[in-house]
Amino acid sequence: MSRLLIRNGRVIDPSSGTDRVYDVAVEDGIIRQVGLDIAGAGGIEQFDATGMVVAPGFVDIHVHLREPGFEHAETIESGSRAAAAGGFTSICCMPNTQPVNDNATVTNYIRAQAERYAVVNVYPIGAITKNSAGEELSAIASMKQAGAVAISDDGRPVMNARVVRRAMEFARALDIPLVEHCEDLHLSAGGDMHEGLESTRLGLRGIPRSSEDVMVARDLILAELTGCRYHVAHISSHLSVEMVRFAKSRGLRVTAESTPHHFTIADRDMLPYDSNYKMKPPLREACDIQAVVEGLTDGTIDAIATDHAPHPGAEKMQEFERCPFGVIGLETALPLSLEHLYYTGRMNLTQLVALFTNRPAAVMSLPRGTLREGAVADITIFGTDHEWTYDVNRSPSKSRNTPFHGRKFRGGPVATIVGGKIVWKLELL
Amino acid sequence: MSAEMTPKGLLDIESLTRSDIEVILERSKEFQPPRGETFRRLDILRGRTVVNLFFESSTRTRTSFEIAAKRLGADVLSITAAGSSISKGESLVDTLNTLGAMRPDAIVMRHSASGAPHFLSRYLPVPIVNAGDGTHEHPTQALLDALTITDRRGRLEGLRVAIIGDIAHSRVARSNVFLLSKFGVQIVLCGPASLLPREMAKIAPGVELTGDMVEAIRDADVIMMLRVQLERQYEAAFPANEYFQFFGLRLEHMEQAKPDVMVMHPGPINRGREISSEVADSQRSAILNQVENGIAVRMAVLERVLAR
Repeated sequence: MSRLLIRNGRVIDPSSGTDRVYDVAVEDGIIRQVGLDIAGAGGIEQFDATGMVVAPGFVDIHVHLREPGFEHAETIESGSRAAAAGGFTSICCMPNTQPVNDNATVTNYIRAQAERYAVVNVYPIGAITKNSAGEELSAIASMKQAGAVAISDDGRPVMNARVVRRAMEFARALDIPLVEHCEDLHLSAGGDMHEGLESTRLGLRGIPRSSEDVMVARDLILAELTGCRYHVAHISSHLSVEMVRFAKSRGLRVTAESTPHHFTIADRDMLPYDSNYKMKPPLREACDIQAVVEGLTDGTIDAIATDHAPHPGAEKMQEFERCPFGVIGLETALPLSLEHLYYTGRMNLTQLVALFTNRPAAVMSLPRGTLREGAVADITIFGTDHEWTYDVNRSPSKSRNTPFHGRKFRGGPVATIVGGKIVWKLELL
Repeated sequence: MSAEMTPKGLLDIESLTRSDIEVILERSKEFQPPRGETFRRLDILRGRTVVNLFFESSTRTRTSFEIAAKRLGADVLSITAAGSSISKGESLVDTLNTLGAMRPDAIVMRHSASGAPHFLSRYLPVPIVNAGDGTHEHPTQALLDALTITDRRGRLEGLRVAIIGDIAHSRVARSNVFLLSKFGVQIVLCGPASLLPREMAKIAPGVELTGDMVEAIRDADVIMMLRVQLERQYEAAFPANEYFQFFGLRLEHMEQAKPDVMVMHPGPINRGREISSEVADSQRSAILNQVENGIAVRMAVLERVLAR
């Protein structure tokens, strides 16, 4: 019998409304007890969490692990280690691999690789359409049977509204969410960054907000028609946030996520022509950041997700317009959120932790994100005060594409526990 | 962005100060050959090597830089994309690293990607002179335009300059807007609505927009026509067959313009597309002066970039 006792931490568990200093006892990978002064028998591994926050294991519902097919950029193992270093104990991986995860064979492969190599829980997301080509529906039901928790053609949005409607009907019958990367590809065609003053000044082609808004509007209408659980990935435009708020007020089963880079940096913060600032949706403007933060604060946005998108250096070391879209983000998500949501006074720690735990878990119906007695012992321990500097060259990820290299942070992950086992611990501790 | 003039070459006009520009223009005047005389070769840059690296074809800019460097006594090597390793799939960084290892004193570069010289300047110790980057800037063009205007008008301040054509995709327009704005010029940008982003009115002080060509030229002291860049049309942004009718400069327009208006064009001109032959070849046209001034301006820029 393996045992672990986490002593004297500030236990914040939004799923039960807990916020006080407790001990947490773990036995055989299960949370046995959360309470005051739990006696530790001799020989039990102890973790002194004095001055730290003990939270349910963080859940990131939007990650690209690149395996199978692009193992030079990331693998299930390396991505899972980066997740652990960011305090995440569960991650949902997008299907844009090679081959695309559009059938149960690939889903099974991902789960088998994760079983063998991943240090955190990996939940695959299946493709909406075959090869994510946007035409024929993929093997949705069998992927669900194989363990897929949602469907998405992330990165290659489904442009045909009729196909989306059919997929939503399937998703509804299977009770899984349909996750859309909202981008009208005709409106965004050729664009490299947010369309606005900055793109005009830099002579770069723009991706207008409308390319996102048009798709969110279309999908919300179809979600109402079909009654499916619908999730907006990486929401970034102020009007889209407003539309999701409206849809929720109509009682639709709609959820949304935001990435840390979208609520912390704007297009004008970019180092010009540096591809570490190139992503989809693009970094937008101050009014969008404000709307996203409001959405996170008032509950319109349900989760913080990273859209961790590894690309090897050679692909990012090119002319801006040739570089692929995306940045890594697992290790910087918590400290950026603390900086922009907690230390700015926008929300308290319980609200912040909820955006990383029970709320994303609910979006995907994962049995995670709680410290209830009897739950799987996935636990994230983090500090709110220690100062540190992010050095991407020490990242377990295989890729280095981040705009936050060298950034100084206050607070961040300290230890990550999956199934009762410490899988990552901050060095120098 | 910090001032990008020294020691990192010349990347754009936007990051230059007005006095940087004045210094270059003053020096350019000293490099203008006296009327009727041929140019004597100088030895200011003797023993220095300039590499012209053109990833995008260009006859006039490349030749102009080449002549400028040679007149200053530098050794010049010109490489164009076709036939070099660039066309064999070598990455931009590798190409430049290779050339950088040969230790030229400066690289003059044209590239179809906006920001390509800015990106490279972060990794290369060699100063880079931007000879046009995508739809971003063409700094020496704006400098030679400014020199051409001051030649005829004696100053830039207080003038009204109309820039007409595909503003959205024009690096010439951007560089001219940034430069002229620093001198208090009133700038009117004119073109089809889909090629005239509203944000252009905010990129520098003193810029207004109009879709009406007559309004644009009515009080203008200078009319700059832009080349219709069909190769930069990523989408059907305007009906090409009616372009000349609404945005082509013709003789009848000149009757509505100031009698002493200057007509300019960065070349190469598309006769009958954005400008009629009669206007291009008229007394008011300064197109050939622009070409001539290009050499003087590029001499001043190269001298400044290579100054020890």
